[in-house]
Amino acid sequence: MNLQQHNVSENNFEQCIKCTVCTVYCPVAAVNPAYPGPKQAGPDEERLRLKKPYFYDEALKYCINCKRCEVACPSNVKIGDIIQLARIKYSKKKPTLRDFMLANTDLMGSLSTPLAPLVNATLGLKPVKAVLDGVLKIDHRRSFPKYAFGTFESWYKKQAEKQLAFSQQVSYFHGCYVNYNYPQLGKDLVRVMNALGIGVQLLRKEKCCGVALISNGFIDQARKQAELNVDSIREAVVEKNRPVIATSSTCTFTIRDEYPHLLGIANADVRDRVELATRYIYRLLSQGGGKLTFRKDKKIRVAYHTPCHMEKLGWSYYSIELLKRIPNVEVVVLDSQCCGIAGTYGFKKENYATSQGIGQNLFQQIEAAGVDCVVTDCETCKWQIEMSTSKHCEHPISIFAQMLLCE
Amino acid sequence: MKFDTLIIGGGLAGLVCGIALAKKGQRCVIVSSGQSALHFSSGSFDLLNTLPDGSQVSCPDRAWSALAAQAPTHPYVKLGKETFVRLASQVQPFLQKSGVLVQGSGLCNQYRITPMGTLKSTWLTLDDFPVCRMPDRLPWKKVAIFNMAGFLDFYTQFIVDEFRKIGTESSVHLFHFAGLECLRKNPSEMRSTNIARMFEKKENLEKLVLTIRQESGDAEVVLLPAIVGLVAKDGLEMLRCQVEKPLYLLPTLPPSVPGIRTQQILRKCFQDAGGVYMLGDTVKGVEKEGNRIARVYSCNHGDIPFVASNVVLATGSYFSQGLIATPDRVYEPVADLDVVYETGRDCWYDLNLFARQHYQDFGVKTDAGFRGIYQGNVLENLYVAGALLEGFNPIREGSGAGVSILSALYVAEQILSEKL
Repeated sequence: MNLQQHNVSENNFEQCIKCTVCTVYCPVAAVNPAYPGPKQAGPDEERLRLKKPYFYDEALKYCINCKRCEVACPSNVKIGDIIQLARIKYSKKKPTLRDFMLANTDLMGSLSTPLAPLVNATLGLKPVKAVLDGVLKIDHRRSFPKYAFGTFESWYKKQAEKQLAFSQQVSYFHGCYVNYNYPQLGKDLVRVMNALGIGVQLLRKEKCCGVALISNGFIDQARKQAELNVDSIREAVVEKNRPVIATSSTCTFTIRDEYPHLLGIANADVRDRVELATRYIYRLLSQGGGKLTFRKDKKIRVAYHTPCHMEKLGWSYYSIELLKRIPNVEVVVLDSQCCGIAGTYGFKKENYATSQGIGQNLFQQIEAAGVDCVVTDCETCKWQIEMSTSKHCEHPISIFAQMLLCE
Repeated sequence: MKFDTLIIGGGLAGLVCGIALAKKGQRCVIVSSGQSALHFSSGSFDLLNTLPDGSQVSCPDRAWSALAAQAPTHPYVKLGKETFVRLASQVQPFLQKSGVLVQGSGLCNQYRITPMGTLKSTWLTLDDFPVCRMPDRLPWKKVAIFNMAGFLDFYTQFIVDEFRKIGTESSVHLFHFAGLECLRKNPSEMRSTNIARMFEKKENLEKLVLTIRQESGDAEVVLLPAIVGLVAKDGLEMLRCQVEKPLYLLPTLPPSVPGIRTQQILRKCFQDAGGVYMLGDTVKGVEKEGNRIARVYSCNHGDIPFVASNVVLATGSYFSQGLIATPDRVYEPVADLDVVYETGRDCWYDLNLFARQHYQDFGVKTDAGFRGIYQGNVLENLYVAGALLEGFNPIREGSGAGVSILSALYVAEQILSEKL
């Protein structure tokens, strides 16, 4: 009998040879000694946890789920997944009211967008920040992303009919950020896709991808939302044969990989049809299907920042190559490193110092790059970069839209 | 994704090949499934320390004929003596230009100090480490060894004992850092890289300088485990300037701080030359057209293939999963290339751990131009470089780094000559 065959875990953890490479590249372990690092938090302690849940260490809460440990691992161990699953399974820490507010992006967005000017002004006030800091433990030095006055979905309703005119269609998973905070990115996407001769549809129903719910411990709710999203995606992909594209690297990564790995939701039939808009457009242009004309009167120099989940997807190549295809856009590629915000993590008072410490190298590199703006595929990286450097940060699709020749 | 050359594997061989090609204007991509074995580097690069029959080598070029007689499929033998000597002579300037400063003595071997304090033959060594010409004598009578209290991977007493045997006296000085005490809460995390991160901060280095100055007494040199200079090299330079005595690093057990820096320097050099480095992706399979690799598919890129005029396989050996051993066979997982191995598992290994382990000799079969072979047919545009090659035993011979670098340089030459 071959015992080896019967002794394989789902996250490959017995393949760990204790080489410590993951811990070398862990952005948290580099600045916060309270975090034991991915090797110990992952495969090492997993052996103990399998024996007795008692060995679960609450210090695993410091993991930002960036997955850079998995990218570095020479043995293909799913270290990040081991850690996240351990948190889901064993953590006794109950989420607080603050965690609830940070995690429920849909709820907070729906409440805030109708009153956006008031909410934005209030959240910017010093006394309000002091209260949020003191009572809720949301760090007062953190600036909040602004809410939009009116959602992307409500804007889209007015466009829906025009979109139907295109013979080719894609579905767009816009995510909370586009819907509640920055509808302009969604509008840019629609403009770019239309210029390529493709109409944009929304999914029948879309909820927050759930990444913030997972990291804050609201697993049941995350699972419910994920099921709803996968149902809608399945309807688009299977019934209507319409690929799903997104503009957020984290939403995309969560739907494709975290759903099956962390939430146990089967998505194998649709996973490959969910991708980032830049990858979709890269493929289209490479196959000669579509042509874009760019303006020649404007010249910009941009720095591309690779978000952690983009690094894990391995897809920054597509965004960078697309940017390079635009005449008059000069692209500097920054070293791939974590910006430190990690979604809701950096908003929490107890993580603020770690968050800014992680990002420090990146901020310095950005300031030294001599660029007009930073480009990235992740909305929370954008917040972090705009708050922590003097540079404005844009999505590659927005750069595309800005450089398109107006018809 | 269209490239001139796709290199699978981002360690020493892949990077050297990539740098050589990219600097000549080729559009190259490296796909690497995780970080490389450079993370365990001793700080030295071996060319050939021992012949397969066990005899010691002092100058590898002079040992070539004996090697050819003993190991006819050895990568060095495939190169031919002239090419072997020519390429070996290029390595030091090549590394230098790439930003990795090494010391050596032409094509002859020198001796390095191991983490256990013994002297061992090697070829090129990073500038920060001491080397000596004799196998049984250090150039100093008295040394001061400084170490971080609680550091798990550096054993001063072994070093003191070994040094004493060859006539060098050592004093040992442990230093404490409040900032690192918390690392000790985790029983396994007082590692070289964690400590090195702390020494990226100038104020901590200054404290270290002070300690060394106060305690090194009448020692001729100061020796320090390689726990400085993870990202920025200027930390080490500052230390050297201010200590007022010659200061050298000694290798630690892995992870290797200088090895990691070497990896990062080479990667940056490759990227600066226009290369694309994709980390954390695994090649799933190749599509052939006749005897050529037409398309290569990876996990991350799914239906979008890599298309390249040439493909270089530099996936490493068993550790990096460039070779995979099952109970009954050894295979190459990317293109299922023909692999040379002995059929009876009993002859794969020797129960004496320190004896020659035959599984180390197994590897991918190639033609004289280092092109891979699939079911007996040479693949015209697939080259093989580095640890997964057949016919050599890196541990026994002390030839791992040399084979990686030389085969990579040779493959790059082959690819470039094809273009003309």
